[in-house]
Amino acid sequence: MSKIFYSTTIPGNGHWSLEVKRGTFITLTDLEGGANIGMLFYNPRNLLERYNAPDTLKCQHTFKLQRGNCLYSDMGRIFASIIDDVCVNGKSNWHDTVCGSSNVQQINAQFGARNYQKDRNDWLQNGTDAFLVELAKYGLGPADMAANINWFSKVIADDAGNIHLDTTNHAAGNSVTLRFEMDTLVILHTCPHPLIQAKQYPFKPVKIDIGVADAITDDDYCKNFRPENQRGFLNNALYYLAAN
Amino acid sequence: MPLIESKLPIETCIARRYVAAGDYFLGTIKQGQTFRIVDLEGNQAADVLFYNAENPTERYSAMDTIRTQGNLYLSAGTQLISNANRTLLEIVADTCGRHDTLGGACATESNTVRYSLEKRCMHACRDSWMLAIAEHPEFGISKRDITHNINFFMNVPVTHDGGLTFADGISAPGKYVELKANMDIVMLISNCPQLNNPCNGYNPTPIEVLVWN
Repeated sequence: MSKIFYSTTIPGNGHWSLEVKRGTFITLTDLEGGANIGMLFYNPRNLLERYNAPDTLKCQHTFKLQRGNCLYSDMGRIFASIIDDVCVNGKSNWHDTVCGSSNVQQINAQFGARNYQKDRNDWLQNGTDAFLVELAKYGLGPADMAANINWFSKVIADDAGNIHLDTTNHAAGNSVTLRFEMDTLVILHTCPHPLIQAKQYPFKPVKIDIGVADAITDDDYCKNFRPENQRGFLNNALYYLAAN
Repeated sequence: MPLIESKLPIETCIARRYVAAGDYFLGTIKQGQTFRIVDLEGNQAADVLFYNAENPTERYSAMDTIRTQGNLYLSAGTQLISNANRTLLEIVADTCGRHDTLGGACATESNTVRYSLEKRCMHACRDSWMLAIAEHPEFGISKRDITHNINFFMNVPVTHDGGLTFADGISAPGKYVELKANMDIVMLISNCPQLNNPCNGYNPTPIEVLVWN
């Protein structure tokens, strides 16, 4: 069992970025039920290589993200695999990657203006600005902001393509674990999902555990989830061939 | 998926461009102009990106468009929203019925994952876009600006269970989509060369672009 090296809690309007090495795991836990985590990935050695949602969905023939899926860059490599996913009410978690992040106009209209003078660190932050703040630290900007993952947000489409956010899975203790298959710059926020229907800004904190993952075996669930993932892992193996 | 026919006669168009399979189109459309993309032989996929001509950092955003209309598919009446939350264009006519904006564009790199590492040299949309931006630096578009596109004439239904299906195309010879520019825009098209999946009926064919004042 992989050992946790560091644990922290991010408040429900926060953001963070960190570079992790290949072989690291990150577990995200929805502490109160109803959290959303927006996430983007970049290759730290070449920031032009970034998480690509359409490539990820298309190659795995899926609209939702769940345990077994790999998260692909636009260069045919895997940033991370979803190796574990705990849904306490018995159903399986289902994560979104097409709706993007909330923006300042939406949060203003739905919950009120962001106002540090009045609200201090409980100010009403939006996902887009949270991302821009972190991205700017690496010389990245709006042009680099591609479609993000929204962990713990289940978006359902009907036959006509109408979408809504389904909150029936939300529960305290839901978690998802990512194993990183290449060095990755992780950018994340814990701001509300853009389709959230709520009268008040939902401040939902998230626990983050970080450690070194167990070595990958030949029967690894994600590598064998689909033949496409086997090819993705081979692309990663080429990238790291003869690396220390 | 309402089918709306155009009222614009071909005789009055001010520009007309034929785009062969595997080629790109890169050009400016002025505010107020209308343009039509025609699927000449049926079941082609036209991968399209749009930019604010004055500032290509502002561009078509699939996520903002989906979120604003609360629907995954594009059809007549859809407003194409930018990453600055503004309307770039509106789809004013459509005889195909529904277009995709989740499937992205093919690439040599994603082809190695989807099909085989040994297919890395087969031509792909993202290579066409790389050539376009390399040959036309005057548009100020870089790799960072090459992002999630529209696939006109492509049908990628999402199931209630969260699956993605690659259905037979619903397009046919002569079907078209027509858009009106809300501001000066730059349009970058890759006429998809993909041979490995049914998005082109395994047979990439030409499209045509027509423009009216």
